[in-house]
Amino acid sequence: MAPADTTTRVQLETAVARVPGEASAPRSPPMTAAGPVAWLRANLFSSWLSTAVTLLLIYLIARFTIGFVEWAFVNAIWEVPNNQTQACRELKGIGACWAVVTEKHRFILFGTYPYEEHWRPALVILLFVALYVVSAMRRFWRKELVTVWAGALTLIGILMWGGNTAPGLLPQPWEQLLALALLLGAGFAYVRGWIGMLWPTAALVYALLAWVGPVLDMPYVPQERWGGLPITLILATFGLAFAFPLSILVALGRRSSLPAIKTLCVLYVELIRGVPLISLLFMASVMFPLFLPEGMNIDKLLRAQIAIILFAGAYLAEVVRGGLQALPKGQYEAADALGLTYWQKTGLIVLPQALRLVIPPLVNTFIGFFKDTSLVLIIGIFDLLTAGKTAIVEPAWQGFGVEVYVFVGVIYFMFCFAMSRYSQNLEAELNRHRRR
Amino acid sequence: MSDATTDDPRHLRAPPRRPIRLSWSDERVRGLVWQVLVVGVVVAIVWWLVRNTAHNLEVRRIATGFGFLGREAGLPIGEHVIDYSPTDTYARALLVGVLNTLKVSVIGIVLATIIGTAIGIARLSRNWLLARLASVYVEVIRDLPLLLQLLFWYTILQGLPGPRQALNPVDGVYLSNRGLKLPWIEWQGAHTAALLALLAGVAGAWLYARWARARQMADGRPRRVWPAAVLLVVGLPLAVWAAMGAPWTVDRPVLRGFNFTGGLTVSPEFFALLVGLVTYTAAFIAEIVRAGILAVNQGQWEAAQALGLRHGQVLRLIVLPQALRVIVPPMTSQYLNLTKNSSLAVAIGYQDIVSIANTTLNQTGQAIEGIAIIMAVYLTISLSISAFMNWYNARIALVER
Repeated sequence: MAPADTTTRVQLETAVARVPGEASAPRSPPMTAAGPVAWLRANLFSSWLSTAVTLLLIYLIARFTIGFVEWAFVNAIWEVPNNQTQACRELKGIGACWAVVTEKHRFILFGTYPYEEHWRPALVILLFVALYVVSAMRRFWRKELVTVWAGALTLIGILMWGGNTAPGLLPQPWEQLLALALLLGAGFAYVRGWIGMLWPTAALVYALLAWVGPVLDMPYVPQERWGGLPITLILATFGLAFAFPLSILVALGRRSSLPAIKTLCVLYVELIRGVPLISLLFMASVMFPLFLPEGMNIDKLLRAQIAIILFAGAYLAEVVRGGLQALPKGQYEAADALGLTYWQKTGLIVLPQALRLVIPPLVNTFIGFFKDTSLVLIIGIFDLLTAGKTAIVEPAWQGFGVEVYVFVGVIYFMFCFAMSRYSQNLEAELNRHRRR
Repeated sequence: MSDATTDDPRHLRAPPRRPIRLSWSDERVRGLVWQVLVVGVVVAIVWWLVRNTAHNLEVRRIATGFGFLGREAGLPIGEHVIDYSPTDTYARALLVGVLNTLKVSVIGIVLATIIGTAIGIARLSRNWLLARLASVYVEVIRDLPLLLQLLFWYTILQGLPGPRQALNPVDGVYLSNRGLKLPWIEWQGAHTAALLALLAGVAGAWLYARWARARQMADGRPRRVWPAAVLLVVGLPLAVWAAMGAPWTVDRPVLRGFNFTGGLTVSPEFFALLVGLVTYTAAFIAEIVRAGILAVNQGQWEAAQALGLRHGQVLRLIVLPQALRVIVPPMTSQYLNLTKNSSLAVAIGYQDIVSIANTTLNQTGQAIEGIAIIMAVYLTISLSISAFMNWYNARIALVER
């Protein structure tokens, strides 16, 4: 009975210790072991070298911060009356001329889009942001998300192009009638439970195409006049939406046992990854017109978009392949043993697990890819960076590049920083089971 | 184990060959059909594109072929490593472009590796301020497009005062909107000889280190390498230089009229491109180095300290060799990225291969050839770098049983 005895004694001791009044007040550790002073000593002044580094850095940071605040805020000029930049020029190097941003921000954000219609690209930007936020939330990671994307991208197209005079956007009355019939039919079938969510949504999109433009009376804006942030977001988002499925197919092809398909995929990935994006963009802008039959002409934006899709597809394919390789072989074998076909095995067993494994590197690739859309500047497409660069071409505003690039940089930074933070959180969350 | 499996008679026999049935349920037939289908579609698309291209070229009266390479280029190139004048051929102009690309890539890779490693180690520093600063740097630089950064640096360099009011941080160094001017020695035969002696010294030091290591493996006694290494690397070139008369004439940049003469010139385009590439790639390299060091098990540090090794020795002998295995593969792709990103030079007017090929393409109308040249050059560079790094990676890879 000795063990039981010990237990009781221990319990008794604990009980004694808990008697109020008798227990001493909890003592705080000495100042040198905890608290801000100890923290400073441990993290900033642990050795003479560390102290020297700290002091030097404090000096440099203080000097830089003071200089920056003086330049950016104290001495800055925020507005000038009708393009009189004389005051700004006198302050060159001493104070920032934010007047260039105040004056040109609409141009930088929306390019040459008609001024009265700027609410449309602005709404498009908001739609894009909403789409990203919704896609980022794990509770929305379901099949319906594909429908949401299709719907949102269509709506974006309608907003950007505008309706009533857009060619191909169902101008005929019979098309509008057909849209109405389709919508009613699909809605009825959905209510009766005959079909899923997808078809009524498709019909709704079709109906929107037919009606929204004419009803809201949004004038048609050709692609040549689009510009600024919406172009950057369109290139990145549409690029992603098409490159991602492509990359999955290529990654599967690269691991396929069929030699011809494997060779094709390897060639595609290695060739694209071996050359810079610029050469692909040049190819899109210079060589594409030669590839197509006479009379057939693809818009410049679309050509750049195709180049970006091909480029991103190759890089994403390598990331996806990493996920496919990381999946234990037993998963493949178990699926085979169940008698699943190749596509059942891939769609139900392999991809859901493999993609989950590579979400963080995927997001990192997306960030790189978002930044890379700025390269379309070189072939003269009017994205955010090109708009910023063009804004300072006007003689009155020449020489204020730094201010404009800071403004454009802040916009890029907000998007990329949000994505990178998201990726870090997601990584921590998805790896929670691995942590001890 | 392997012997057992090969000796087992059941493994010696090949599985019986099933005859192919002409049916959709035979997986080999399906595979064949799919492959024929996919290859057929790809070939059809390529054939369609080639036919269109041939037709378009005929209609536009563009002659294909690389014959234009022998023609006079007539395009001025500001920076050239080899002799070049606008009367030279396109082939030579393109060669100058390739050399310019290689120049900025090689210098960029060396600087980015040094700075990136320093920042990566700084991010792991016990000094909180230093670590925070390094992580802010990495985060900010990685979240901005490289092209934006290049344009930013170029704008800043263009905004500098002219040569007459040039910034003069250190005596003999001038920074103006014409670029960076540095003092440089007048190059003579003795300098070339000293440079060759330096290379020989490095090779000798390396051989000596190998010999010392081999001896240590044999008798267990460590030998000092550094005195001999210093003698070979520093002493030998100095001795050669002194023996040849020790010529030393400094060529200092001097303001004459509206611009500087003499000295070494770093053009604003090259400088902006180099600064942009190095700061950008250094941020990525810093993350790779940090991840590599963190990947080394804490127990390795503790075991090394328990053996009585000093901090530097722990890093050099225990941690870094293991970290390198994690670092090298992603580092390779960063080097490749830097080389490919150097093509952004075209946006700020540094005449690399893309820029010169683009001008060639505009002047001659040889679009397909121009782009093929760009792609061929980059593919060659990419494949060479990855081949070299694969070799290096195989050399330092963990030797397992």
